[in-house]
Amino acid sequence: MILLWLILVLLIGGLLAWLAGPRHPLWSRWVSLASLGVDLALALALWVEAPGGVDLSRGGPWVATLTWSWIPTFGINFHLAADGLSILMTMLTLVLGIASVLASWTEIRERVGFFHFNLLWSLAGTLGVFLAFDLFLFFFFWEVMLVPMYFLIALWGHERRIYAAIKFFLFTQGSGLFMLIAILGLVFAHHSATGTYTFDYFDLLGTRLAPHLAMWLMLGFFFAFAVKLPAVPFHTWLPDAHTEAPTAGSVILAGVLLKTGAYGLIRFVVPLFPEAAHRFAPVAMALGVVGILYGAMLAFAQRDLKRLVAYSSISHLGFVLLGVFAWNLLALQGAVMQMVAHGLTTGALFIMVGAIQERLHTRDMGRMGALWHAMPRMGAVGLFLAVASLGLPGLANFVGEFLTLLGSYRVSVPLTVTATVGLVAATVYALILVQKVFHGRPREHWEAADLGARAMAVMLTLIALVVWLGVYPQPVLNTAHPALSAALTPPARVALSTGAAP
Amino acid sequence: MSAPDLIALLPLIVLTATAVAVMLVAAFRRRHALVAGLTLAGLLGTLAALFAAAGVAPRGVTPLLVVDGYTLFYSGLILAAAAVVTVLTYGYLDRQPGRREEMYVLLLAATLGAVVLVASRHFASFFLGMELLSVSLFAMIAYPLGRRRSLEASLKYLILAGVASALLLFGMALVYNQLGTLAFPALGALLASFRAADNLYLLAGIALVTVGIGFKISLVPFHLWTPDVYEGAPAPVTAYLATVSKGAMFALLLRYFLHTGAYGAPALMVMFAVLAIASMLAGNLLALLQNNVKRILAYSSIAHMGYLLVAFMAGGVLGVVAVSYYLAAYFVMTLGAFGVVSVLSGPGGEADTDHISDYQGLFWRRPWLAGVFTVMLLALAGVPLTMGFVGKFYALAAGVGAALWWPVIVLAVGSVIGLFYYLRIIVALFQAAPRQATTGTTRAQITPVPLGGGLALLALTAVLVWLGIFPAYLVDFIHATAAAVL
Repeated sequence: MILLWLILVLLIGGLLAWLAGPRHPLWSRWVSLASLGVDLALALALWVEAPGGVDLSRGGPWVATLTWSWIPTFGINFHLAADGLSILMTMLTLVLGIASVLASWTEIRERVGFFHFNLLWSLAGTLGVFLAFDLFLFFFFWEVMLVPMYFLIALWGHERRIYAAIKFFLFTQGSGLFMLIAILGLVFAHHSATGTYTFDYFDLLGTRLAPHLAMWLMLGFFFAFAVKLPAVPFHTWLPDAHTEAPTAGSVILAGVLLKTGAYGLIRFVVPLFPEAAHRFAPVAMALGVVGILYGAMLAFAQRDLKRLVAYSSISHLGFVLLGVFAWNLLALQGAVMQMVAHGLTTGALFIMVGAIQERLHTRDMGRMGALWHAMPRMGAVGLFLAVASLGLPGLANFVGEFLTLLGSYRVSVPLTVTATVGLVAATVYALILVQKVFHGRPREHWEAADLGARAMAVMLTLIALVVWLGVYPQPVLNTAHPALSAALTPPARVALSTGAAP
Repeated sequence: MSAPDLIALLPLIVLTATAVAVMLVAAFRRRHALVAGLTLAGLLGTLAALFAAAGVAPRGVTPLLVVDGYTLFYSGLILAAAAVVTVLTYGYLDRQPGRREEMYVLLLAATLGAVVLVASRHFASFFLGMELLSVSLFAMIAYPLGRRRSLEASLKYLILAGVASALLLFGMALVYNQLGTLAFPALGALLASFRAADNLYLLAGIALVTVGIGFKISLVPFHLWTPDVYEGAPAPVTAYLATVSKGAMFALLLRYFLHTGAYGAPALMVMFAVLAIASMLAGNLLALLQNNVKRILAYSSIAHMGYLLVAFMAGGVLGVVAVSYYLAAYFVMTLGAFGVVSVLSGPGGEADTDHISDYQGLFWRRPWLAGVFTVMLLALAGVPLTMGFVGKFYALAAGVGAALWWPVIVLAVGSVIGLFYYLRIIVALFQAAPRQATTGTTRAQITPVPLGGGLALLALTAVLVWLGIFPAYLVDFIHATAAAVL
């Protein structure tokens, strides 16, 4: 039940925030904070209850489950479950949700209630994606999270918001439909083998498929997740959507929505189609490496501060793609760590960019420079985040990238070596950011207030998390471990071990 | 004719009696509210009569009609849609000049034709029902006599529907010439033994019948009348045309194919695949070029008929369930979308409030109405939490289950293109309201919304969301009714 409440609290909170908006904007902000806080407390309780090496009596790595019949004639259930991976992603979502409500405290002044409604519903959809273990339900949440995000970009975004919002929606919805076709193909293949219709993840694991069919179905899933991640040929929606979205939208997009793509790869693509994924792995890993380098190069070439951060996301998530398809425990641990670390640092970077834009009304780095003098606290935070983003040892991103490379080295030396070049490129664009914005000669005279207490509290919390996970990443690794090692075992055995569970 | 026969026909009898009663009342007392109320009561009475008929179903009444679960399901759908259209029409006509009462007689007659269509199992009743529906529609489309667009639309519909009827009749004649019967079940038995695929006349006959139906449900390339007629007809009539007329024809097409076993002819299936792909692509692509909401919805309805054809081609239990659910969803979404247009269309004028710029910024003036419109458009685009999503899911499932890979892929691509023009309208709804130098507001923002229409729209939205989240109720019901035709 606790899993259902995780989603319901946000849905109800969103409605209340909308209703409260017209009375006073502050009310809807506080309602949103409260519901996210309650949710975070629930998720933490779940985590503490089942810490590290989760070993449940049911025999699987599952912390909690819930199953209700939904469309019985098709074998569709309302099936929620959580393992370490789901819980990590849930907590990341909620932390960034709180950060984005606080970040938009002064930025969003119009239609505040509707804004928070969309924010919370989008987060609720994302939680659903992380918790759904019925493929129909998964697809349902996958689509549900898009519409509110579309409104966030289209209504509160910057100059070219309509274009960016429509592009975002078309890319993600279109790729999602191919995933739906693949889901249906899998279900019918399972039906012809066993005679029962089911959309349940655990029943579909280990379905026997003809090799060419498995490849096509795998590609259907991969396409949807690669667009969301984004992997390189499908990335073009990302710079536009991230740049034009309001700060909260960018934080959620980068920190959370992109992670649904990575999560999908780990949870669905490889376990459901192990052989096809194995055959496809060289291509996918190569796409990951191309993403790392291409994203870093384009980030370096930007004048628009927000676009720089957006392209750096493409580069960082290339590591995730590389790690997932290397498909060994080290690389997967690295990919999960990278997901969490990227969520925290890039989320914080987008908040910083949003704060700068709110003060200067521009994102053009050509007009900035020497902002450190005007805003020393902002400068210090910016320097820290840039350094974290480039992967300085002792910070969370380093752990993720290092583990990923360690794992992928065992699979492909040339690709790993090439990916390492991306770390150098990351250093370049991160330092360029600091140089152009905070150091150098002042190009224009800016009078701007420094980061306030609220923003500093958000930043320091995120920074503390990044340092903590960089120095002592074991909590994340331990939490993810049972889920990942279960995913690594051959699917037939997974199906058997959870088949006993009710 | 025995008592159970009469009970089975009770819905048709009540409907006919209502039409006559409304006509007589209108002849003696011209009061709009009275006539509209009587019409609504008659439609609701007919809906109630369906329950009586359900007691004796399944039952064949005369060689022409059959009253089974399938008939009752579609009759219910048609009558409910007609009731919604009646409410919308009342609000719409109440602010138009001229005589209003005859519209309801036409509406009832057309509904009678539609119910006959879904109950027919014989070419004769098929043709009768179709003509009853079409002839009433000619007059309904041209009802605002002062409008040139409406007259033009009516004329276009008249001529093309006439051509379609001629093709249909010729096809029926060819089939009769070869097989010597006009009843669907007998046709099925003969076809099974006949190896239809080898007989060119028979195949041509079935194909011509299909073309006639294709005109009515506006498949590409028989769709040319659709945008003009949708645009020219008064908004409630457009809603009626898009839902009741097309839905009844589609239900008949499905029954005709299931009863006659025409699924066995591969040539016909190829023809349907081509029609479906062409409809999905052309409908969605042409909708991109439009700036008129009614025309956009016209092209989108062409695409939706293509999606329906994918489910139709799949056949079997899943195909029938998919078609039925999708049609129910399509009824709700389309009535909702045209309902918004119709409650916003003000008195007089040469056209309805149907240009996309009329809707700019509507959300900030009329959040409820714009919210309803947004939900309807998202449902048409197939976004979850609505019936549109479940419908599209079922259509895709049926297609994948029957391994119709090309139509399924085109369905997915078409949906993406479709999303673009639905989003265009939604974007307009949420944009900042335009500041016009002359009036300061658009027509959509000042027209008062009739109470009945507003309530009907809220009810449609509630149904759309409720059955979108909990589709099992409807799906189980459809499963039960589908058994009748399989």
